[in-house]
Amino acid sequence: MSETEISTIGRSVLRKEDHRFITGNGRFTDDINLPGQTYAVFVRSPLPHAEVRAVDTSEAEAAAGVVAVLTGADLAQDELGGLPCGWMITSKDGSEMKQPLHPVMAVDKVNYLGEPVAIVIAETLLEARNAAETVQVDYRELDAVVGADKAQSALQIHAEAPANTCYEWELGEREATEAAFEQASHITSLDLHNNRLIPNAIEPRAAIADYQPGTEELTLYTTSQNPHLARLILAAFVQIAPEHKLRVVSPDVGGGFGSKIMVYSEETATAWACMRIGRPVKWCADRSEAFLADAHGRDHFSHVELALDDEGTFLGLRVKTIANMGAYLSSFASSVPTYLYGTLLAGQYKTPAIYVEVDAVFTNTAPVDAYRGAGRPEASFLIERITTMAAREMDIDPAELRRRNFIQPEDFPYQTPVALEYDTGNYGVSLDKALEMSGYAEFSARQQQSVSSGKLRGIGISCYIEACGIAPSQVAGSLGAGVGLWESGEIRVNPTGNVTVLTGSHSHGQGHETTFAQLVAARFGIPIDDVQVVHGDTARLDFGMGTYGSRSIAVGGSALSVAADKIITKGCKIAAHLMETEAENIDFDQGEFKVSSSNLSKTFQEVAFAAYVPHDYPLDELEPGLTEKAFYDPANFTYPAGCHICEVEIDPDTGCVEIVNFTAVDDFGRIINPMIVEGQVHGGLAQGIGQALLENCVYDDTGQLLTGSYMDYCMPRADDLPSFNVDLTETPCTHNPLGVKGCGEAGAIGSPPAVINAITHAIGIPHMDMPATAEKVWRAIQEKRGA
Amino acid sequence: MSIDITLTVNGREINTEVSPETTLVQLLREHLLLTGTHVGCDTSQCGACTVHLDGRAVKSCTVLAVQADGSEVTTIEGIAVAGGLHPMQAAFHQCHGLQCGFCTAGMIMSAIDLVTREDDLDEATIRKGLAGNICRCTGYHNIVKAVQMAAGQMEGRGHE
Repeated sequence: MSETEISTIGRSVLRKEDHRFITGNGRFTDDINLPGQTYAVFVRSPLPHAEVRAVDTSEAEAAAGVVAVLTGADLAQDELGGLPCGWMITSKDGSEMKQPLHPVMAVDKVNYLGEPVAIVIAETLLEARNAAETVQVDYRELDAVVGADKAQSALQIHAEAPANTCYEWELGEREATEAAFEQASHITSLDLHNNRLIPNAIEPRAAIADYQPGTEELTLYTTSQNPHLARLILAAFVQIAPEHKLRVVSPDVGGGFGSKIMVYSEETATAWACMRIGRPVKWCADRSEAFLADAHGRDHFSHVELALDDEGTFLGLRVKTIANMGAYLSSFASSVPTYLYGTLLAGQYKTPAIYVEVDAVFTNTAPVDAYRGAGRPEASFLIERITTMAAREMDIDPAELRRRNFIQPEDFPYQTPVALEYDTGNYGVSLDKALEMSGYAEFSARQQQSVSSGKLRGIGISCYIEACGIAPSQVAGSLGAGVGLWESGEIRVNPTGNVTVLTGSHSHGQGHETTFAQLVAARFGIPIDDVQVVHGDTARLDFGMGTYGSRSIAVGGSALSVAADKIITKGCKIAAHLMETEAENIDFDQGEFKVSSSNLSKTFQEVAFAAYVPHDYPLDELEPGLTEKAFYDPANFTYPAGCHICEVEIDPDTGCVEIVNFTAVDDFGRIINPMIVEGQVHGGLAQGIGQALLENCVYDDTGQLLTGSYMDYCMPRADDLPSFNVDLTETPCTHNPLGVKGCGEAGAIGSPPAVINAITHAIGIPHMDMPATAEKVWRAIQEKRGA
Repeated sequence: MSIDITLTVNGREINTEVSPETTLVQLLREHLLLTGTHVGCDTSQCGACTVHLDGRAVKSCTVLAVQADGSEVTTIEGIAVAGGLHPMQAAFHQCHGLQCGFCTAGMIMSAIDLVTREDDLDEATIRKGLAGNICRCTGYHNIVKAVQMAAGQMEGRGHE
């Protein structure tokens, strides 16, 4: 076969995984049923902050169909540990962050609305629900700490955390930044709240646990983005079962967006309860529970100042942020407003001096952790808003101000003042392309047209950068990570010549079964249908770190690339043996092992078969079999970057914002499957535009959740969004074997500031906090007109 | 208390007893093990549970099983035509109209209903017609393209 027939790299191959989903044959956690299964329902705190004086389960225990009612006290009796946070942050005074015990179920105090207090297990879901309503909990209500901006002067929640402060972190050079501000001819400043979001993967979290007393093996099927990490935490920290007796399976998972990275109370309690009662236990969250108890995202209060000279050159950036951690530190919460945020504050610009301080605080709200972008959208919003504000204040075109400050192609590798070293990029190219695609130069004609029909029109630019492919274990370790951040890949060439690929990455919508198959098929010169990708089961592959931070292709794909190299090396040895020559004389090309300067060759399939039939092998030199694995630890993050441009038209009588054009030009390095990459961009844009226009998690002053259903929390629907205008530029990553970067989060990182820059442009105001709802926009227009 | 009901599901006659509070989606998923239909919310908002009841799209989380007595129900498992996919299924695949696949069954069932009911399917009509189904992955861009593609291929559209 020719190269064009075989190699599908860079082509929009249709997805291998689609068929099961479009025919109703997917297998999600709640689709799994086991013989003799019971159903779990959680009793949750109706108060955000209270002492628990007594839990009376007697009526529930006597109710019809009830198998068991277990409480936090039962967990404590079994000496189970709390849920840990995997990233240790050191405060600027040298002290370690405060990590209060995060109990699987509350014992003597509840700290957020919906915190689990007891688990009721019954023969049917209805019986469990009915019985759960009869559990009597005697609470003594306490004042709730709600807003992060007021938390440090409010009632103390945890004994370990005075002033409700988890850590006070800093990055960058304070003195150099102060000096830069003293030289500035212009300073732009802004106070903003990056709105709190609820992730809302459409599949709710779920778990079904099965214990086999004969072998003492516990299997947990669950909605996890990283089943091996879940197993590690459940074994090493919570100590439910030893690691080698615990299997965690993530079957088809219906979206994650960060919210399924964490190890949560409910899945943990389900697994533990299963061992206690000796029968399978199934739990599936309803949507109301997801609103209450999935880890939320964002919720930063920030003050930012940008110092410029009279030409608009950036001299310094100063940021103070208060980040809401919620009631407890979720699995990776502490890293989000620090290493995934402060380190990104250089953006695409050569700002010589940057200093950032972040206070992380506890409140009586659900834990806050990674949500699509995790820290980088917060950084991008702040930089891209302050840049546009500065441009407008100084009467410089926002595109031109960005261009003046870009890190230039010849500056790479570029060391920022905030720890990261960018390997490559070309920001001017993305900007130019986006300006052209969006018709930026002709904007004023369109604006006049809108004005003549009584509408307002605005255009907003955002030039974002992100760090993904999280990333070098040495760096992560030096920054406080409790785990390494490599990825594993294993390739099993079967005797018939087809290939089983096992990856530690986990796909919950990203299309790995296709992209990774393309990668391996192209390398071996075999049809893509001969490659099957397996993921999400701790019993089938050694170990893996899972999927988050847009890391799968850059780290997981690179691991497979290294494993494929090893297969080819071994294949050359086998081929050399078969053709009675030395391995150095074998070239592998397009599915054939060829003896150089001869016409002798063996196909990939022939070599595969010979690997398992070693009748005449020199066994001291050549082992049977053709399976290789690799653990790939990257040298650096990858740095996707791009330019998003949003154009809006606003009806001043209603405040309704219509996005009339959204252009996204992204540089993700080399692309394996453009269709899948564009799909990732579309989804990210929808979430970013959702944050900017619609979505907002609101607790009232007493800590009750006002946005606890789809009736109140405004999800982007089909008629809220436009079709998107997307394209790519390409500067290959310099330090991984594929030249790839990662594309999963960029849409959500780049788009929110583009939207707000457009809306503030249309109205003629400096800033508006997200979400820019019709009411807020209408009021701003009225105020502007009255002024 | 159990109630005896008879209905046709994907062309197969089903006679069963259900308790009065059993919803149609529970009947489908738990009694008949048709797990292609999903539940994504508890307020009838997300549309993941959409099926056809006597030819019209309904959210099966808010239909009681007893209300379906005597009716004809079609789920995602029942729409493929002999020897191949329904044009809407094929279009979702061709246009990359799905990512995680969880909302997909409901989205396809709603989209088929929309195309069957509406003659003039411009982009705005499709977006409005699918507003009862939430997708968190795709940003709807490719779903709209899929519905446009399928609309051109489905026979008998525009007629109830």
